[in-house]
Order: sequence, then structure tokens, then C-alpha cells
Amino acid sequence: MRYVPTTPEERAHMLRTIGVRSVEDLFADIPPRVRLKAPLRMRPSLSDPDLVRYFRALAEENAHAGKVVCFAGAGAYDHFIPPAVWQLASRGEFLTAYTPYQPEVSQGALQAGYEYQTMVCELLGMEVANASLYDGASALAEAVAMARDLTRRDRMVVSTAVHPEYRQVVRTYTAGLEVEVVEIPHQGGFTPVEAVARVVDGRTAAVVVQQPNFFGGVEDIRALAEVAHAAGALFLLATADPLAFGLLEPPGGVGADIAAGEGQPLGSPLNFGGPYLGIIATRMSFVRRMPGRLVGATVDAEGRRGFVLTLQAREQHIRREKATSNVCTNEFLNALAAAIYLALLGPDGVRRVAELCVRKAHYLKGRIADLPGYTLAFPGPTFHEFVVRTPHPADQIVRVLAGKGFLAGVPLGRFDPELGDCLLVCVTESRTREEMDRFVEALRQVV
Amino acid sequence: MKERDFPLVFERSTPGRRAHGLPEPDVPEVPLDELVPEWARRRTPPALPEVSELEVVRHYTLLSHRNFSIDQGFVPLGSCTMKYNPKLHEEVARFEGYSRLHPYTPEELAQGALRLMFELGEELRELTGMDAVTFQPAAGAHGELTALLMIRAYFAHRGEYRTKVLVPDSAHGTNPASARMAGYGVVTVPSDNRGNMDLRQLEAALGPDVAAVMLTNPNTLGLFEEHVDRIAELAHAHGAQMYLDGANLNAMLGITRPGDQGFDVMHTNLHKTFSTPHGGGGPGACALLVKRHLEPFLPVPVVRREQDRYLLEWERPQSIGRVRAFYGNFGTLVRAYAYLRTLGAEGLRAVAEHAVLHANYLRVRLAPYYRIPYDRVCKHEFVASGIRQKQTSGVTTKDIAKRLLDYGFHAPTVYFPLTVEEALMIEPTETESLQVLNAFAEAMMVIDREARENPEVVKTAPHSMPVRRLDEVRAARFPDLRWKPERRSDP
Repeated sequence: MRYVPTTPEERAHMLRTIGVRSVEDLFADIPPRVRLKAPLRMRPSLSDPDLVRYFRALAEENAHAGKVVCFAGAGAYDHFIPPAVWQLASRGEFLTAYTPYQPEVSQGALQAGYEYQTMVCELLGMEVANASLYDGASALAEAVAMARDLTRRDRMVVSTAVHPEYRQVVRTYTAGLEVEVVEIPHQGGFTPVEAVARVVDGRTAAVVVQQPNFFGGVEDIRALAEVAHAAGALFLLATADPLAFGLLEPPGGVGADIAAGEGQPLGSPLNFGGPYLGIIATRMSFVRRMPGRLVGATVDAEGRRGFVLTLQAREQHIRREKATSNVCTNEFLNALAAAIYLALLGPDGVRRVAELCVRKAHYLKGRIADLPGYTLAFPGPTFHEFVVRTPHPADQIVRVLAGKGFLAGVPLGRFDPELGDCLLVCVTESRTREEMDRFVEALRQVV
Repeated sequence: MKERDFPLVFERSTPGRRAHGLPEPDVPEVPLDELVPEWARRRTPPALPEVSELEVVRHYTLLSHRNFSIDQGFVPLGSCTMKYNPKLHEEVARFEGYSRLHPYTPEELAQGALRLMFELGEELRELTGMDAVTFQPAAGAHGELTALLMIRAYFAHRGEYRTKVLVPDSAHGTNPASARMAGYGVVTVPSDNRGNMDLRQLEAALGPDVAAVMLTNPNTLGLFEEHVDRIAELAHAHGAQMYLDGANLNAMLGITRPGDQGFDVMHTNLHKTFSTPHGGGGPGACALLVKRHLEPFLPVPVVRREQDRYLLEWERPQSIGRVRAFYGNFGTLVRAYAYLRTLGAEGLRAVAEHAVLHANYLRVRLAPYYRIPYDRVCKHEFVASGIRQKQTSGVTTKDIAKRLLDYGFHAPTVYFPLTVEEALMIEPTETESLQVLNAFAEAMMVIDREARENPEVVKTAPHSMPVRRLDEVRAARFPDLRWKPERRSDP
């Protein structure tokens, strides 16, 4: 039997040792009433070569970024991943390891986790980061729960320029927490500072803004942070692409109290939406309210540096119903990949990726704006994404362009019916001028 | 850093060194100020390491050598099902058609991915006896939270307000934590002397305020809940929902189905039963399966088939919303589906049979040396206790765990479940050979002898690892959670 090494002779030997006659006897404690009466009706098993054929055929039905030129972003980004990232992260010693509860045999994972925490802190300008949560959206929801606990206030003021799916997840999580979520409509693709200031009050736990925001806009986060802090509320900055902080002022630079977001751009493949990497970072004084695993440095019995999971008293396996969160499995492997990615890039690479993104995105933005029939929906500074008003419904444009070998962007009508003629276009460092020029030509032909 | 410390990647850094091969911009150079205003720009660069590619490769390769994994040896962690992770399934999941697929690719252009999710759902529904599925939760505990929010929505829809969730005293810590996050109070139900949930105590705890009973089956003692259908009957009589924490599904594959045992909703950890790698703590993935009456409350979107097309259904007015962006840990689903398709129904039953056979074999072999608190046929795992060793020689379960590392084995789950003193929870899985099981049993016997004859060697273990026992108290008292660059003020 595939992956079961036990031979019939060995099976018989084990049964004799146990003192039963058959394997059936080992299931005698299962009441016959709940036993399966007929064999399961499942698809037949596949040999290895057949399995490869079957899965390759399914994979090739998909218009993936190796086949079409990808201008889609909206929380999932086609950045270039150096091959060393996954050749190292996929080593069996990392890939098939368990959670490092036995630190002496897990120094590799633990040290990598400590390095990851440091790199995230450096990139975001924050004091402390955990060793990962599920994804950007659920990390933001955890951050909101954290803000409620820290402030003992129950109102969240959230900009609608935050990713719509992140906001949905915040609403789902808060359903159980008796937290009120007040959404501030964006104005022209940006968070209106005055409107936020009017709503923030003594009951507000946190102001939640995204940078760069969902529409690609670069928010005036300093002003928004001031509004939050003036009312004694926390400032909670979400991000869907932390690489932006290679160029933009990071959350810590404006006094964000919690930064939460998506780490997929740091070396994780698109993977049709997952596994991704939930990032959360905060002030050191808030660390005991932070969910998720933390790696700490310590010493061993001989004074050598070593690493352990620490401050576990916050976690579900110790504190059970009083834990800061129920998170158990995290996304450690993606965090490891992020650490390797950031080590390969270094400070120079991170700045360069961000600059390439901005320069290329602005080139395309300018060329599309010059096309007849297309206009920019929201004026204002942008990072690597921007919103284009299209001459036909945006989902139709995407369909037509797919036939020409492009994933043209993300039609915003799926999130807001009023934005049915809006296309969110993303350019990463992976796109070339030649691809963009061809894309512009293809857009021109659609009109 | 001391001479003997293994360096951090930051400590390998030399200013000016680079590992990346990024291009110069191929678009006209425009002054940066025209693109991103000065006020929005970063002032100081992040202190990331400056290293060559070889230095990065060497650093993380050497780190991997300091990490224990299934690929190197036996990991008998109870409740974690550390079985072999087939290489073929890794390769398949890395096909570009999956790994480079954008989540907002129009449905008609992502038919292969949607079909894969649909077929995996069908297989799991048949295997568990449930009616509908979502893969949106990223992990088992995330599935618990999702399910409890769905149960909340279900009762709200019926105009009922229930406030409590019942969990057995042997439950995983995630159960009570999830219940609290979903806004419920937690009531703990004790076990009886056979390791089952105590029926009388359950009856006393049930009432119109109970929303759900969360059960792990086989439970965390490795025992099948002998009255599972009776528990379900009692819960249902009070209108409560039955939740299965499916962490231990490995023992039931093809033998008995949660759906037939009376569960209304369950999760299964695909990284356990369905053999996707644990990755040092994640990513995992979760399938959350429900009976028909809970289906309307599933998170959006749901994958549906219409004739021969697959689509994402968004219009679900009673849905709880979302618990994660996009659709779940898709890359992990690919591996789990590959595992299911490799084994098929017969192979899956063989998995359960051998997982249970191996666990019982180890239980019987260890019984003369370690206390087995519930000495009845176990399922895929069993709980032993180091209480005898502790009482006679002062050697604790923690010491035994550390000593096992010296003998080339990962330690079992220790001090869990909380209901057993000095607990050692051992799960061998179906993929370990008789030779490995014997070697492990012999190591456990040697440690028992050492505890009597030379307890110091056990108490000071491990002796053969890159580091000796680590000071966890110091780590918690003086948290050092990040490296700090020298000659630079902190952020």
C-alpha cells in the first residue's frame, strides 16, 4: 500500500504482540451503529504518472502568470521571486518539520523566525513582530480585536479605501466580539481626513487605514495618525504590499500603534490566493496583547545563544479561553521564505523593487491616461496600482484582453457596483516596457 | 556574539554587498518627486542584511541542519499526525498553473483550479458523510472559529440566543479559545473513568443556552468516544449543534464517518490527516464540512458546479461573510487532493488501519515501563505517563522528552492532555516502519532504565544537540524578540 511500509508478516507480528486476532479487533470500541456499512464511493486511485498527467492538465486550464501577462494586484502581487527563496525554504528539514516546541531540535526554524521578526520590524519601522498569522485580512481582524482589548473601547473607524475583503473579514470576526465597525467612505480613492476626524470620538478604539490603499493611492498617513491619536484612539495601519515601504514612510515612522497586513509579496507565489502570510507588528509595550507565536533569544545551559518560542502565556494551548487569539497553526514556511527573500534583497534591493514598481506603474498609468476612451478615476499619488475608467464594463475588458494574453487587472464592480467601469491595474518590477506597450496597444484596440 | 554562537544573517552582513539581480528601469527616468511626494517617502533605509547570494544559501542551509523533521526521523507527536509528506505531491503543487495563478483571474480562466477545489470537496464530503464544504479557513482553529460564527448565525436566524459552548476537559486549547472569539462562554465537561466524555455531567451541563458541544473524536487520549451517537442525541435534544474537532480523523478513514455519528459541522486539518507538510508550524489548511441545515451560513464564495462549468457563488444572503481574503490555502489543497487521489478509498482505509495498528503496538510495548492511564484499545495515538519515573527518580516527562532527542527521535507531545499527569502523547502514524517503532520503544526502555540507574543523564539532556537545554524563563522575563543594529538608534 502506497506510503504504508508494513508488510503482511510485520502486520501479523504486531497483532500477535498486541494480543488480538485481527485489525478488526482494534476497532471493537466503535459502536456498530456508526460503522460504515458500504465501501466509500470515491474516485479511483491514480498511479504516479497518471497523477502527474491529471494534475498537469488541470493546471494548464488556468490562465496563470506564466501564460498571460499579469496586471492584476488587489492584494496578490506578481513580484519576481529569486529561485534561492524556495529552493532553501523547501528543504525537507524546514518543510516537514513540526512547530518548534522542542527548541533544542528546532534551532533552524526558531532562528529563522527571529530573523524574520527582525526584518519585518525593520521594513515596517515597528518595535516587535510575531512569527506570522494566516493572511493580511485575518491579521487585520486580529489587530482590531487587539485594539479593542488594549483600549477597552468598542468602536472601529475603518476607511473604505481598505481592501474590501479585509473589511469583510473584520466584520465577520467582530460579529462575535460586540464591536461596532464604522466605515468612512473614500473620496476620490483616498481616505478623507476631515470625515475621519468628525467621526472619531472617545469610544473609538482604532482608526484603520491602508497604505498604499486598495486603489493604489498613497495616503497622507501622518495626518490620519494624528486624528486617531488626538482622540486617544490607536492608529492601525494595514498594508497589502509591504514592499511599498522600501520607498514609502513605514507605519512606525508615523507612529502607527499596530501594523497588520499581507506578506505574500515578500517571496510567496500567487497560489490562487494562498497560502499567504499574515503580518502583525506593534509597540513593545503592547506585546503581551499580540496574538500568534513569538520567537525570543535566550541562552542554553552553557551560555550559548539559542532561540525559543516565548511569552506563550498569551497563547491558546496555555491560556485556553483567556488567550489573546485562537491561532495555533501559522504560516511559518511563508515567513521563512520572506526572511530569505528580504536577506537576498537587502536594503538596496527593497528600495530598488519599490522604485521599479513606482516608475513602471507610472509609465503605464501615463500611457493609459493618454489613450482615447480611458481616464484615470482618482487623481492623487499612487504606488504600483491605479484605477482606470474604461470605455466598456471593466469585466468585459478583462475578458477580451485575456484572449490577447493579458490579465488586464481587477474589475472593481465585483466590490462596488458603482465602480463597474473601473479597472484596478497593477505593475510590479516583473513587467517590462515591451509588455506594457503591447498592453496599451491591446487596450486601444478594444475601444 | 560569542565565538560558539551560530551567527545571525545580520551578523554575516557587510555594507555594500548584494545578492539581488534587479534590473535598471526600462522606462524613462522621471524625478522621484514627480511620482511620489517627498512627504510620503521613507527617510532611513531598513537595516536588512547585506550579503551575497552564496552567503544567504549557506546560512539557511546550515540553519536547516539545525532543524529536525520527518525527512530525517520519527516525529511521534500526538494529535499532530506527522506522517510522510510525499515528494510527488510537492512537485505537483508547484506547477505554474497553480503557483502562479492570480486569485482574481476570471472564473472561466481558472476552471482547473475551481474544479480541483470542487472535486476535493466531493471526496471529503463522501469520506466524512457531510453535505457541504468550505476551504476558506487557513487552519483547524480558524475552521473552529468559522463554524462557531456560523452556528451563531444559524441560531440568530432562528431567533434563538444561546451563550455557551461545552468542551471536554481533554479538548485542544483552540476549542475554548475559538469559542471565546465567537462570543461564547465556555463550560468544561469532565471525562469518565474510561476516558469518554462523562454522560451524566454532559446532561447536567446541557440546556437551552448551549449552542454547541465541541468534541474531538477519537479524543485527545487517543480513545474513541464510545457513546458518540448518544452524546449527539443528548445535544440535539437540547437544540445544540455537534462540532467535531477533526484533528484526529486519521483513525477513522473509511471506517466510520463523523456525519453518521451525528455531527453537524466538523473541520479536518489537511496538514495532518491529508499529509501536507507542517512547514515548521504552517501553512496548514482546513476543510470545514457541514450538514445541509448549516450550508446557507458558509463563508462566501462557495465553489459550485453548473453543468460542466465551475464557478464561485457570491450571492449567499445568510453567509457569515469571510474569514480570510480569497478562497483559502489553495496550494495546500492541491497537495491534499493529490494525496486523496493517490490513495483512493482502499488506500485511505489502509491508512487508518495501520495508524491504529502501529499505535496499539507501541502502547503494548511500552506498557511494562510507562504508566498507561487508560489501558484499552487506542486509536491512532495513546497517552502514556511519566509519573512513575517522576515519583521514583525525579525524572520528569520534560526530561524524558529531551533525552529522546539524544536518541534521534523528536519528542512526543508532552503535558497534554491536561487531564493526565506527566502526559506523553504518542502518535506513530501509518508511515513509520516496524523497525522505527521498535527502535523508539527501545529508546523509551533505555530512558526508563537510565531514570533508575543514572537519572542525572536524563535530567541534563539533551547532550548531543547544537544547543543544550535553553533558558525559557529568561526568554519570557527579558523578551529579546529582534536583533538590534549597533550604532543606530532604535526605531
